[in-house]
Amino acid sequence: MHLAPYIVLLYLLAAVLFIVGLHQLSSPKHARSGNLVAALGALIAVGTTIDLLHHSTLDLVLLVVAIIIGAPVGAVAARAVKMTAMPQMVASFNGVGGGAAALVAIVEFLRVPNHSSPSLVLSISVVFAVVIGAISFAGSAIAYTKLQELMRGTPITYPGQQPVNGAVAAAIVVLGVLVVVGTLSSLGLWLLLLLALVLGVAFVLPIGGADMPVVISLLNAFTGLAVAGDGFVVGNPVLIVGGTLVGASGTFLTKMMSDAMGRSLGNLLFGAFGKIQVSEAAGPGGAKSVRSGSADDIGTLLAYSQRVIIVPGYGLAVAQAQHVARELADALEKRGVTVDYAIHPVAGRMPGHMNVLLAEANVPYEQLKDMDEINDAFKTADVALVVGANDVVNPAARNSPGSPIYGMPILNADEAHNIVFMKRSMRPGFAGIDNELLYDPKTIMLFGDAKDSLTKLVAAVKAA
Amino acid sequence: MNAQLVNEISIFVLAVFLGFEVISKVPTILHTPLMSGSNAIHGVILVGAMVIMSEATGPLQIGVAFVAVILATINMVGGYVVTDRMLEMFKSRNPRGGARS
Repeated sequence: MHLAPYIVLLYLLAAVLFIVGLHQLSSPKHARSGNLVAALGALIAVGTTIDLLHHSTLDLVLLVVAIIIGAPVGAVAARAVKMTAMPQMVASFNGVGGGAAALVAIVEFLRVPNHSSPSLVLSISVVFAVVIGAISFAGSAIAYTKLQELMRGTPITYPGQQPVNGAVAAAIVVLGVLVVVGTLSSLGLWLLLLLALVLGVAFVLPIGGADMPVVISLLNAFTGLAVAGDGFVVGNPVLIVGGTLVGASGTFLTKMMSDAMGRSLGNLLFGAFGKIQVSEAAGPGGAKSVRSGSADDIGTLLAYSQRVIIVPGYGLAVAQAQHVARELADALEKRGVTVDYAIHPVAGRMPGHMNVLLAEANVPYEQLKDMDEINDAFKTADVALVVGANDVVNPAARNSPGSPIYGMPILNADEAHNIVFMKRSMRPGFAGIDNELLYDPKTIMLFGDAKDSLTKLVAAVKAA
Repeated sequence: MNAQLVNEISIFVLAVFLGFEVISKVPTILHTPLMSGSNAIHGVILVGAMVIMSEATGPLQIGVAFVAVILATINMVGGYVVTDRMLEMFKSRNPRGGARS
């Protein structure tokens, strides 16, 4: 498509705003304005495109109707979602973007008249966008169902899984080549779409729920690449720039996220989780005793401590207990106890989850300590108070090479003089593995909803 | 290879390098908002969906394009709104401020 110069320049402006926005998003101070800058870029890109359309009334009406349907759905969903459900919300927005990218490529391919063959560039980019977009769509859907707990979050594996997935991938490659060289027409493309959807599902099924944020980030990069592919399909520079930016920065971000978990991306996607079931079954099971205490006992223990480190986790987020956690910290500080929060990079279900929640409860910023900053302090802490966290303090990450989280850096809560675990039940954490720290003689369990338990602790501390 | 394709390939290659360079050293707390923000940016696929919608002929093409526009709009609008909501949480701490170590 030939574009008028002013349209190209407006697209350039939009692309610059994307770049500036993306850059600002990577610094805490400017992140929010960065998002708005990028949104302005999107608005300009869309506004410019209106001028580019062939003005037939029917198309225009349908276009407006579709946007009127889509915009409120997106806005309302984004507004209504709870902070705890943020990762799956991002997954679903990413998924629909990938779906849209695949559909755009399909329509463009269908427009090629029957007896003429499409250009090589067109068919290569169509195949690329359809395959990558569809994988992103289906993969995001599975990530969503896992995080929303509509499906169990643990890895789903079956015998011969890797070969089957490999066969599907190979079939996609063969079919893709056949479509590109023109042996198969649109029928081949639909089949390709179907296979890519299957691969997207099969690819995410064996990955554990705790690793989902990294997978979503990878699929986000995928959608970006599919969008860039569409840029070649319809000959539109703003799609190429926007999509490629996301594809490249998203790949980089995915690597940073898996590094923060101490895992290589390959290991996370294909490796470790296949094996755990075995090593876990062989591991220590059976009857082990745990010590549980009353809120009054634990409140007294806390009140007469010198130093308490709170380790927040997903349980805190679910119970919306961040305000009560702060009350407890305040009550302790009034008695002269030093209180810090130890924030594991992947505590909760997304990086930064805990920082956001605790900031909402106005916890002073200086009390939030990164893992590296706080880990040596556990030795001198009287109590490590673990509120709804589990995997991030599991010593198996240090000690048992067979464990799926082996090698992940953890908080040294086990080095504290006492460990108080606030949990709803003995159920294992999100990674689905047992935590030997629960059976440590230094550990006291306080069962119940994190918010209720914290409220009781506040009362107990005040009474002590 | 025509001139347009050469242009497009140049843009693509430059954008790859830019994408890697533009986000350097992101603190962990911003990983999720950044992912969400870039998720919104690829909502620009709406531009492609709009172009396709206006070019589609026949019920099948129009139908598929119609769905594409809806999905793309959800991606774009929802993406920016949800990112803004995440980042909204950070503002309350600014007054107390202090550089993050």
